[in-house]
Amino acid sequence: MKEFFSKYYTLRKHNLTVAWKKAKRSKMCYLFLLPYAVLFTMFFVFPVVASIYFSFTYYNILESPRFLGVTNYINLILQDDIFLIGLKNTLVIAILTGPLGYILSFLFAWLINELPRWIRSVAVIIFYAPSIAGNCYIIFSIFFRGDAYGHVNAFLMNVGIIDTPILWLINPQYMLPICMIVILWMSLGTGFLSFVAGLQGIDASQYEAGYMDGIKNRWQELWYITLPNMKPMLMFGAVMTITSSFGVCDVTMALCGYPSTDYAARTIVTHLFDYGFSRFEMGYACAIATILFLLMILCNKAIQSLLRRVGT
Amino acid sequence: MGKKRKEKVEKAYKKPVIKRRKPNRSIAGDLTLYIFLVLMAYIMAFPIIFTVSNSLKPLDELFKFPPRIFAMHPTMDNYADLFVNMGKSTVTFSRYLFNTVFITAVGTFGHLIIASMAAFVLAKYEFPGGPTFFKIATTALMFTGYVTQIPNYLILNKLGWIDTYWAIIIPAFASPMGLFLMKQFMEGLPTALIEAAKIDGANEWKVFTGIVMPNVKPAWMTLIIFSVQGLWNNKASTYIYSEEKKTLVYALQQIQAGGIARAGQSAAVMVVVIIVPIAIFVFSESQILETMASSGIKD
Repeated sequence: MKEFFSKYYTLRKHNLTVAWKKAKRSKMCYLFLLPYAVLFTMFFVFPVVASIYFSFTYYNILESPRFLGVTNYINLILQDDIFLIGLKNTLVIAILTGPLGYILSFLFAWLINELPRWIRSVAVIIFYAPSIAGNCYIIFSIFFRGDAYGHVNAFLMNVGIIDTPILWLINPQYMLPICMIVILWMSLGTGFLSFVAGLQGIDASQYEAGYMDGIKNRWQELWYITLPNMKPMLMFGAVMTITSSFGVCDVTMALCGYPSTDYAARTIVTHLFDYGFSRFEMGYACAIATILFLLMILCNKAIQSLLRRVGT
Repeated sequence: MGKKRKEKVEKAYKKPVIKRRKPNRSIAGDLTLYIFLVLMAYIMAFPIIFTVSNSLKPLDELFKFPPRIFAMHPTMDNYADLFVNMGKSTVTFSRYLFNTVFITAVGTFGHLIIASMAAFVLAKYEFPGGPTFFKIATTALMFTGYVTQIPNYLILNKLGWIDTYWAIIIPAFASPMGLFLMKQFMEGLPTALIEAAKIDGANEWKVFTGIVMPNVKPAWMTLIIFSVQGLWNNKASTYIYSEEKKTLVYALQQIQAGGIARAGQSAAVMVVVIIVPIAIFVFSESQILETMASSGIKD
């Protein structure tokens, strides 16, 4: 055993000296990396660590943080009903719009792939525009306005389906579905671009080989040739989709108000805003952030291991 | 046996030449596809078209029923109102516009330089810690910025940057998306190009500015579009308090809150907000798609 350890340490030491020598040789590389590394550490790595640390404390900026242990987490799960509403809403939105938006992104990218070049570029612009147009979703608050002048209400009343206007964005019953429609409308984002580009990059000779080997229709072609080739892009698209669908808050805040009626449109992120920037309970807000962080990372890992099996 | 097989191979080989259509595609399938795509394109584009035409409608047409998609008497009054009416308020519309343009321009420029420098060494040099750093940066793609917002606030507060433009600009420099895309794209550059320059006596900085950067112009556009998208739409209300430093999107929400009387103006602001990212995308689409082709995450 002792021999093993001494061998292990010698090896480690050797590796370290080699690494150090290499590092000294590539000083220039570190200089190039330095500005980005400093900012990245300052605004991405350190905040995650700090957030986990603060989540175990009571901290309100004015006083120095007081250590609490896991009290914040216990309160969140056992006593904070509104957090549970937020968690439920976020999961519902993520589970419904995430996979659907992801599949739609791929479907559209795949469908427009064989169109002539100029039609394809126009189609990409049309499909990608909603997600790049940022705040354009606010127009939906005009469509779904609660009075008789809101376009959807006016239309439904004219047709005769309803006779009093529906308070689309105030009635908890309709809030989430409307938000989900808007989110789906915006779901052809970065992943979609990646899919379009990836599909273009697949070598045509692979398809020809596929025809020779007896692939009969476009579905077989999709599963046996296209999807395996697209794996890295599928992975990237999944990461983008998960990130955006768990971080939902802009759409619900803009359409349903903040806070929304009965907290019906609350998500984890809006709950985090509420405690972090309205009540200044930073420790508690950090606990929310940590839970969100873990949810996203776990979900990403799960999806990635799932995607490895595609096309096999 | 051998003859039969040869025949079969020849047949399969000739198939596309004779039919001129791709094999495995039916006409009915293609037709359904086109109809479906046109329908979907209409649904996707409708809200944006409606916003644009709303901004061109005079007040009486805005509330006509049934609403018309296109304005009957298009006018630029709403846009003029933005500058004339809001010109009288303490913070003019042009000030909001300037704030957003400034934040976007500086943030994007800095991001492009800093992320490209890091991506260059990560893609083209081997040094201890490099791959690990890139892995961490990729992990940062996997969670939203909201997770880090509170510690970010505390850090910016310590630095004294709260309520300045820098609170928005500096964190944007380190956006992991730009680094990721740039690094993936730079890996496609032939290493021989860099080696040759080194033999000619160029140092790393010369290689970077003279050879690598001019060759990755498509990736520039991609970084620019993603950075602009993030910064142009930034509401910045948590980090900036002073009215005169607030951004366009914040102004949009204020006008929106003005209600029905300002519906035309709010549509006009919305058009100003959405037109810039879309215009950049339209002009650089092919370059962006070229970059995105190397965007995949490999295990």
